[in-house]
This record gives sequence, C-alpha cells and structure tokens, in this order.
Amino acid sequence: MGELKLMKGNEAIAEAAIRDGADGYFGYPITPQSEVIEYLAAQQPEERTGMVLLQAESELASINMIYGAAGSGKKVMTSSSSPGVSLKQEGISYIAGAELPCLVLNVVRGGPGLGTIQPSQSDYFQSTKGGGHGDYHLIVLAPASVQEMYDFVELGFDLAFKYRNPAMILSDGAIGQMMEKVEIGEQKPRMTEQQIKEKYPWATTGKTPDRERNIITSLELDSAKMEKFNEKLVEKYRTIKENEVRYEEIQCEDADYLLVAYGTSSRICEKTVEMARQEGIKLGLLRPITLFPFPSQRLAEYAQKVKGIMSVEMSSGQMVEDVKLAVESRVQVEHYGRMGGIVPSAEEVLQALKQKFL
Amino acid sequence: MAEQQQQLTSEDIIQEENLVFDRTQLLTDNVFHYCPGCGHGVAHRLIMEVVEELEVQDKAIGIAPVGCSVLAYNYMDIDMQEAAHGRAPALATGIKRTMPDKYVFTYQGDGDLAAIGTAETIHACNRGENVAIFFINNGIYGMTGGQMAPTTLEKMKSSTTPYGRNIKQMGNPLKITELVAELPGTYYVTRQAVHKPGAVRKAKKAIKKAFEYQKLEKGLSFVEIVINCNSGWKMEPVDANKWMDENFLPYYPLGDIKVPEKK
Repeated sequence: MGELKLMKGNEAIAEAAIRDGADGYFGYPITPQSEVIEYLAAQQPEERTGMVLLQAESELASINMIYGAAGSGKKVMTSSSSPGVSLKQEGISYIAGAELPCLVLNVVRGGPGLGTIQPSQSDYFQSTKGGGHGDYHLIVLAPASVQEMYDFVELGFDLAFKYRNPAMILSDGAIGQMMEKVEIGEQKPRMTEQQIKEKYPWATTGKTPDRERNIITSLELDSAKMEKFNEKLVEKYRTIKENEVRYEEIQCEDADYLLVAYGTSSRICEKTVEMARQEGIKLGLLRPITLFPFPSQRLAEYAQKVKGIMSVEMSSGQMVEDVKLAVESRVQVEHYGRMGGIVPSAEEVLQALKQKFL
Repeated sequence: MAEQQQQLTSEDIIQEENLVFDRTQLLTDNVFHYCPGCGHGVAHRLIMEVVEELEVQDKAIGIAPVGCSVLAYNYMDIDMQEAAHGRAPALATGIKRTMPDKYVFTYQGDGDLAAIGTAETIHACNRGENVAIFFINNGIYGMTGGQMAPTTLEKMKSSTTPYGRNIKQMGNPLKITELVAELPGTYYVTRQAVHKPGAVRKAKKAIKKAFEYQKLEKGLSFVEIVINCNSGWKMEPVDANKWMDENFLPYYPLGDIKVPEKK
C-alpha cells in the first residue's frame, strides 16, 4: 500500500499530475477549483520533476497553451470550473479536431451564466455531447471520491494518449473541495524527448531528415477528405464505446428499482439504497464512471429486469436523456434533481422514488 | 570579348561560382495560393531562408494563423501547428515552455494578432516568452474578402467600411507594434516591409535576429512586416505598392522600434 494523505479533491488532482509525470499545467483561477493551481505553485513542480506550471491570462489562452504543448507530444493538463470550461470549449474543439491528447478537469458549479459557486452537475451536456462546435466527443470520467480524483489523472492521461483524444474529469464543487484520505502512487518519470519522438511520431518536435514534416491541424478544405476524417473520428468513438465503458453496481443483482447517478449524487444515492432496503424496497444503484462512453448496454440489460429507473442528478435532467436512450422505453424512467448548488439529501431521493414509482 | 560571350552555352553559365540566388530547400514544391503581387510569399521565403542559414530546421516549430496564411504549413518544410484564430502566441507559449531549446515562431495577420488575439499577443509579449512573432500587416482581412482590420487606416475603404473607415464609429487604426514595444517582456521590436529589394534585405536581417535572440532567453522578438493586399485594396500590384508607400507607411513607419540595449 502506498503513502496515505489527507487531501482536498483539487489538491489530489494536482499531486497526481506531478506524480504521473505530467510535463505541464496551464490554467486560470476560478472557484471552486483554484486549489489545483495553488497547490501546484506551492509544490514547485519545476523543481520536483521539471513539470511546467503557468498561470495564463485567460481560459482561452490556457487551453491553447495545452494545444501547443500537446501537439509536441507533451503530457499536459488544465483545469477550470463551468464558466471557464465554456471559454475553453473553442480550444477543446480544435484539440479534438487535431486529435491531440490532453486532460481537462471541470469542477462543476451551478449555472447558467455566472451562476453559483456551489456544486452542480449541470455541465453533463457540454461535457458528453461535444461542448464546442463540430462532431466530436471527449472521454469523460466522473470521480465520486478524492481517491478517484487522484486515480483518474493517470487513467485520463492514459486514455487520452491511447486514443489521441482529449479526456475530461467531470467533477463538482463538492468533490473538489472535500477532504478524504488518498493513497498516493509512486513518482513516475517524465518522458524524455527521445522517448516522445519514438512513441508519438506525429508530434511537432522538430523535423529531422528521417521523416516528413509533422503538421498539427484541424483544417481540411476538401469536403470529401473532411468527411473521411469525420468518419475516422466516428470510428474512434465507436472503439472507445466498445472498450472503455466503466461503471460500478451497488446492490443491483436483485433490484426492482434502479437509481442511476454519478459523482456526488451517487454518494447520496448509496445512502438512499441502504435506507430503501431497510424499508424492504429492493433498490440498486448503477454509477457510471465513464459518462462518455456511457454504460448504455448495461442499462438496456436492466431495462428487462427492473420495474423503474430514476436518474438522480444535480441538474434539471441531463443524463436522464442518455438513460432513456439506453432503455428505449422498455421501462419507466424518471428524473430527480436539485439545482442551483443544492445537494439533495438521501431522504428526499427516497421520497421522490416512492412518489414516482410506488 | 564580345565574341567569346556569344559562344557561352547555358551549361557554361550554370556554374556554382556564377550563382547569385538560390531557392531555399525549406520551401516545399507546393504552389503558393497567394494572389500575384502579395507579400506573403516573400515573407515565407525569408523565414525559411533564415531557418536554413541558421541550420535549425530540426529545432524550428512554426505556428500558422487563421487568415490568408492559414495554410502556411503547406509551404514551410518544418514542423508546424495550425492555431485557432488569434491563439498562436498561446500555442507558442505551450511549445516553448515545454521545449525551451526549440526555435518557435508564430506567423500572424493583423486581424489574428491585433483584433481577436490581442490578449494572447499582449500577454505573450509581457511574459517575455522567448519566441518570435512575425506580424503581417496589410490593413485588411484578405481571406474573408476585404473587411476592415484593426490596422485599416482612417478613411480607407473596405467591404465593411465601404465609405471609408470612420474613426468616430470604428475607432483608430491600432499601432500594436508600438504598443508591445512598451512592454518589458519584448526584447526586439521592429517594423519592416518586403515590397522593394532593399526592404527585403532589411526584413531578412530582422527575421534572422528574431531567431538568434531566442538563444539569449531575454524576451520576445516582434517583427511586423507591412505588405500590400492588392486584391483587398482593389488595386493593381504596382499601384498597391505605390499606395502603400504614400499612405500606409507614413502611418506605420518602417524601422526598429526597440533594440537590445548595448552594454
């Protein structure tokens, strides 16, 4: 077992980035995730591992710094919260279009607009459906604990490089701010330029006589070629859907009713399951760990077994659309949510379940 | 003497000792998409000549903008990245910070650098990123069909200022080069042109300095190159160059604006 530390979710992300051998972090402060860059600044990662840290002039600039460094094969990440992620969407679209690997953390707060600084899950749409312009997807990981915040940095980077696709950790203000014990991994070395050249031959590391020049771009003016590229992306997302779906099942085996919830909501729902079972209601919880790819297949299987499914989100009902698509009307699907930075209680989730189904 | 010259064949003339000009090997064979008379081609050539002469092809990384030169990477035989509109200095920052031994440059037009990308430009300059910015100023949006640029002169016509730029309505033409020269992060700031042989030679020297200074790690080199846009200005190329001398350059005078302090 590795070293145990008591950390905030945002700090765990930052420590994980250093220990995973990241080459750089470029960000812009915004509540409730500023601890990421503050923790990094205090840790002096340039001295610990040579990792670059830069506070940019804006979210726009920081995501484009990510584009530049990622285009050169570097392992880089940025973080923000909802309004800041909206600003980053331009760059994320270009990164997806140029097929660059990178990691983006969104510690979600309630919106729209400036909204609130309290936790929310109202960025599900902009995270899982593309977010910026054009046909693309991010690989979206939804941590439900500080440990998962730590672990998903490595997982996110691995998936991003495996598929040459931006990955996002979709967290929320509660998980970013709360403290839990975390098992810390070993320090991994950063890759050398030689290793990058060998492993990522597409990267702009400087043209050498042994290869053609490398061009990082999302531009293709020939529609026939652009469509071919779009088809290539579609094929990539299909492969991701086949291989990377992750979820957790809690007391689902004999369940009559199923809750579907991720992140903070899933923690509340675990308690709801416990309370329902005490009352004799056979309730289970399916927690998607990857939101893209979504565990649609697993939900379709449950649609044959359970009497009802309730999606619980801190939003007006975003993930519930994917749940409905997955079960294709074979079972009743309901949504329960709180908004504006309000975290629902386990009791009110149980009440909602009874109202809607019993 | 005269008789001797008449007997020379082309094989006699094409000898290494007679070579006065050679095309850089670092321009690809792709045919420029630029309009005849446009200065982009010359600017591209000068940058590639400098990369070749400094022997840094394997360390040079260029960033193309959005605008007429969006496809600059089709012509320069070096590793390149294509940026979103205005964000090239941010890309350059990301590349240079993670690979400080590279020679990194952006190639940007006036709309890209001085309108939509103003924040990225100012802050890259102010942080003193050790990169070069080549700023191509022709006072108009060429690619989108001749709309007003931040550098369009007062009373100058464009498709969005068909009666001439009205300062009261549209503000003043932006001298961003003078502006960035005020920032402590810039090391070398100059304004050049490529419409005459003498100007081309001076511009090349400036471009060379902008590459060489990156080794010193003393800040950003900013080279503005004023070019014509005969298509956007609706003029014949020769007339456009004349108009540039008479109207554009008085407002954007050529020469060094900030040079390294001599010790």
